[in-house]
Amino acid sequence: MSRQGVRPADSKKVSGELFTLTYGALVAQLLKDYENVDDVNRQLERMGYNIGVRLIEDFLARANPGRCYDLRDTADKIQQAFKLYLGITPSIGSWNPGGDEFSVVLETNPMAEFVELPEHCLGLRYSNILAGIIRGACEMVQMEVMAWFIADQLKGDNVTEIRIKFVKRLEDAIPAGED
Amino acid sequence: MAEDAIFDLLHMEAVSYVFQGDKISEDEAVAKLEHMGFATGYRLVERLTRESGRFKDELDIMKYICKDLWVNVYRKQIDNLRTNHQGVYVLHDNRFRFLSHMAAGKQYLQYAPRYLAFTCGLVRGCLANLGITCVVTAEVTQLPACKFQIQVQRG
Repeated sequence: MSRQGVRPADSKKVSGELFTLTYGALVAQLLKDYENVDDVNRQLERMGYNIGVRLIEDFLARANPGRCYDLRDTADKIQQAFKLYLGITPSIGSWNPGGDEFSVVLETNPMAEFVELPEHCLGLRYSNILAGIIRGACEMVQMEVMAWFIADQLKGDNVTEIRIKFVKRLEDAIPAGED
Repeated sequence: MAEDAIFDLLHMEAVSYVFQGDKISEDEAVAKLEHMGFATGYRLVERLTRESGRFKDELDIMKYICKDLWVNVYRKQIDNLRTNHQGVYVLHDNRFRFLSHMAAGKQYLQYAPRYLAFTCGLVRGCLANLGITCVVTAEVTQLPACKFQIQVQRG
């Protein structure tokens, strides 16, 4: 029996699985290295931040989204980025009255596709890297935001929900040694 | 493809994570990456081969690694496969994806092994799940080309 070459539709799906599985192996390694799940959460957020700082350049080059003029604009672009990189379209909602806080709601979480949390890891925020990515990416376009999980399907919630709060606009800094 | 960018960045973060701090030795860090690759490869190949037929022999499996697996993970085929027919296989990749953005030539050569450890584990994990116990090592003399040597353990 001979195997057929890779079909394009399949290979796209599999590449997502590759990412999911690699991420799983990384989280497993972190859990082994750190005794405390809070440290793992923090480390995942930091890694996400580092990824976000670089990923924003790829996003700007690839999708050419232009500047955001308000936070609703930003929310749309975050939605677009999820579509581009993870192949899912989250819904945006739960704006607070002040308009500086919103939620990104994922019906399915591709990061957690093959995951089951064991009892002793209930404090683990498995997909915390996403929060870091959002924070890092926004920082590179002069927005300081906070991002955190308020619902997680791995912990029995119906959806996975990331809350994003706008903190402040970062001003262009004057390079050192110049006036 | 867009998802590739995020996988590349995740891999880079994994590398920089295991090498952070100076408490840990180079060998230990490489072993961790290799282990992550193994876990990934072991699971990945199960998903990839779900619908494929039975493999004829060991060489057939190696061909599968060079073609389908490499295309799925690195978007290209292995450029050259050699074997001594006694359980040693050498896979040449003339433009390895994790190295292709780093340099062309000898710059950063000393850091190259860090970016190969995950893949060595990945290949070993795939083969382990297909019933082949082996040792996988990588060698690079000129970026971005590298070769992976698979030594099958029999017995």
